[in-house]
Amino acid sequence: MAGAFDEMLGSSPYADRLDPAAVRPVYQAVARWLASASPELLATRRRQAELFFRRIGITFAVYGDPDATERLIPFDIIPRVISAEEWALLEEGLTQRVEALNAFCADVYGPRECLRAGVVPEDLVLRNPQLCWHQLGFRPAGGVWTHVTGIDLVRTDPATWMVLEDNARTPSGVSYMLENREVMLRLAPELVSEELRDGGIRPVETYTDMLLATLKSVAPPGARGEPVVALLTPGLHNSAYYEHSFLADRMGIELVEGSDLFVHDDVLFMRTTAGPQRVDVLYRRVDDAFLDPLVFRPDSLLGVPGLLRAVHAGNLTVANAIGTGIADDKAIYSYMPGIIRFFTGREPILANVPTWRCREPEALAEVLDRMPELVVKQVDGSGGYGMLVGPQATAEELDRFRQRLKAEPHRFIAQPTLALSTCPTLVDSGIAPRHVDLRPFVLMGAHGITIVPGGLTRVALKEGSFVVNSSQGGGTKDTWVMGPGGT
Amino acid sequence: MRLLIDHRTVYRYERPAAGIVQILKLTPRSCDSQSVLAWRIDVSVEGVLKPFTDAHGNLAHVFYADGAVSELVLHVSGEVITTDTTGIVSGTPEPLPKAIYLRTTPLTEADAAIRTLAESCRDPDPVAEAHRLMLAVHERVAFDPDVTHPSTDAATAFRLGRGVCQDLAQILIAAARHLGRPARYVSGHYAPPDHPEQEAAHAWAELALPGLGWVAFDPTHGVCAGEAHVRVAVGLDSADAAPIRGARRGGGAETLQVSVHGRAVASDPPGVPPSVPSAEATQ
Repeated sequence: MAGAFDEMLGSSPYADRLDPAAVRPVYQAVARWLASASPELLATRRRQAELFFRRIGITFAVYGDPDATERLIPFDIIPRVISAEEWALLEEGLTQRVEALNAFCADVYGPRECLRAGVVPEDLVLRNPQLCWHQLGFRPAGGVWTHVTGIDLVRTDPATWMVLEDNARTPSGVSYMLENREVMLRLAPELVSEELRDGGIRPVETYTDMLLATLKSVAPPGARGEPVVALLTPGLHNSAYYEHSFLADRMGIELVEGSDLFVHDDVLFMRTTAGPQRVDVLYRRVDDAFLDPLVFRPDSLLGVPGLLRAVHAGNLTVANAIGTGIADDKAIYSYMPGIIRFFTGREPILANVPTWRCREPEALAEVLDRMPELVVKQVDGSGGYGMLVGPQATAEELDRFRQRLKAEPHRFIAQPTLALSTCPTLVDSGIAPRHVDLRPFVLMGAHGITIVPGGLTRVALKEGSFVVNSSQGGGTKDTWVMGPGGT
Repeated sequence: MRLLIDHRTVYRYERPAAGIVQILKLTPRSCDSQSVLAWRIDVSVEGVLKPFTDAHGNLAHVFYADGAVSELVLHVSGEVITTDTTGIVSGTPEPLPKAIYLRTTPLTEADAAIRTLAESCRDPDPVAEAHRLMLAVHERVAFDPDVTHPSTDAATAFRLGRGVCQDLAQILIAAARHLGRPARYVSGHYAPPDHPEQEAAHAWAELALPGLGWVAFDPTHGVCAGEAHVRVAVGLDSADAAPIRGARRGGGAETLQVSVHGRAVASDPPGVPPSVPSAEATQ
């Protein structure tokens, strides 16, 4: 899109030779590196990166793609750089947002004051498929619902970051944040060491220690001694299985499947070679609906019968808590500015993307009228599925979406197409600007919020594309947050 | 009216089954229309039986069996005094907001046919509307124990035009919610005085009506719940209020045998403690 802010060059155009004067201060080292590296060297590095990812097996499955059950997410070797000042603002905004998301969960499953105050329409919450009615009246250990949240941010100009989406259920992608850094250290040691000398790329590898500390901090009242934490995965066929095994390995905890676990006398146990071992905290990467066949989907083999009893008896903490989907629901999203004001008493630091709620007739009329310029999303869709990007849609696609909107307006929201910022990216024709987003990971434990300085940068590799989802051809980049001494 | 309930569920497994965990919603709560004098659950195998209250306020238990078992018998028996309150349900804990009971579940989704049925019963008077709905379901869906199964949804049962009490209750619930009326599923027992010994497992629906609160409608019999009804558990649908939901490891094929008997007996005069029940039925 014309006029998009480029994080290296601002509004200057890309040329064959980078003009050092046009490069924003935070990108000086990267620009010098790019200027000194031959195209052949960059191409070699890119191939090496791909080999590295293949060797460690970091692949993901694409649902509904019969040709490729396992695919490599392309890695772009040009890092994205965020200054200390920019990060300070993001950190403050992310902390505020996650505090509000957690307070919203606690309130919705507790006193429901925000519904009485009219901050969010009552029926949108109480009738929302994401609301877990079994959790009404429940208070998790430490009052924490959203232990791990991934907030998808986009940048539209040097000063403006907007939240595109909250992910408060089982957000994934953090293993890419960690692996991308390792790959950068191996492939471009000269660049990384220069940056480290000059002021410091802040480390991200502390994430797994922080995650484990967060999980232990919310051990239930029934836990005795050092809390035992395990990671529950749906198994090998899940698209994020690599990440599950990676995180369990780094944290030094057991990676378990439903069949490895059982509940007896309201306590969760895992089978080990040394006999059953009590589990106090379960970091689950399995959706709510599959967690306990005695309460949720009876056909689920991924969960554990009696799990909810263990939780409600105060013997087990499940992270994230069951029912947090109500907070990141796309229909709730548009109410987030009001939710933040209500629970934090302050104006939102990070803006929401303006959103039309198609359930409201005036909004629907406007969306139908302006559809070619808008992005239309299904409230119960994810990963870029069930989504229409107006400017790139054919007349036929637009027509089909108009019919769907008229039939079920409450299932859709619409947003303007944003001029997402671009970052220099290595493509077949050389170095070119490509649109990016950012997913930082926010941890909330009994003692508050911690955010590792970094996140997953996703890049739309196709020229002009805004769709960064890995299931739709997006790639990733290493994301550098500079220390206060850095540029 | 004084009712004796005897509910026996027998599971037999082809091979011993391990890790049996069951959620039991088998225990009625006293409220203004019923007073539970005595109630017990006996389980035939060793294990842990723990009481809890679920989100709806139902008295529930979880049972964890020790070791592997090839036969499991759950025997529930008790004694309840019922009063006819013309279907009005009061004196129940109600921890959930009424709007929760407007939610749609897979078993209670209203398809076009159920929506049409609901629309045909619209009435400015909510009480009249509820009765019209109940009677419409009663007339349109014939009782037939052989066509549906426990996981049949309301729309399928309505299309078949036949089903059991569970199906009729879920059709009524789907239609009532379509009209904006909070509605929920009730599992319980039915023991009319004119049939002294009969299969008594039953299900009906409760609708929240302005000014009256929850009112119990039994579309199978086309009446409001009365003295013959013992209310045990409520939920959004039959799966949510299910008397027993269980899981196990191994065990192979399972055979299930359920017998529920309800018996109306002569009430003792007020103030006299319940005695050994007589076999006589009374009006």
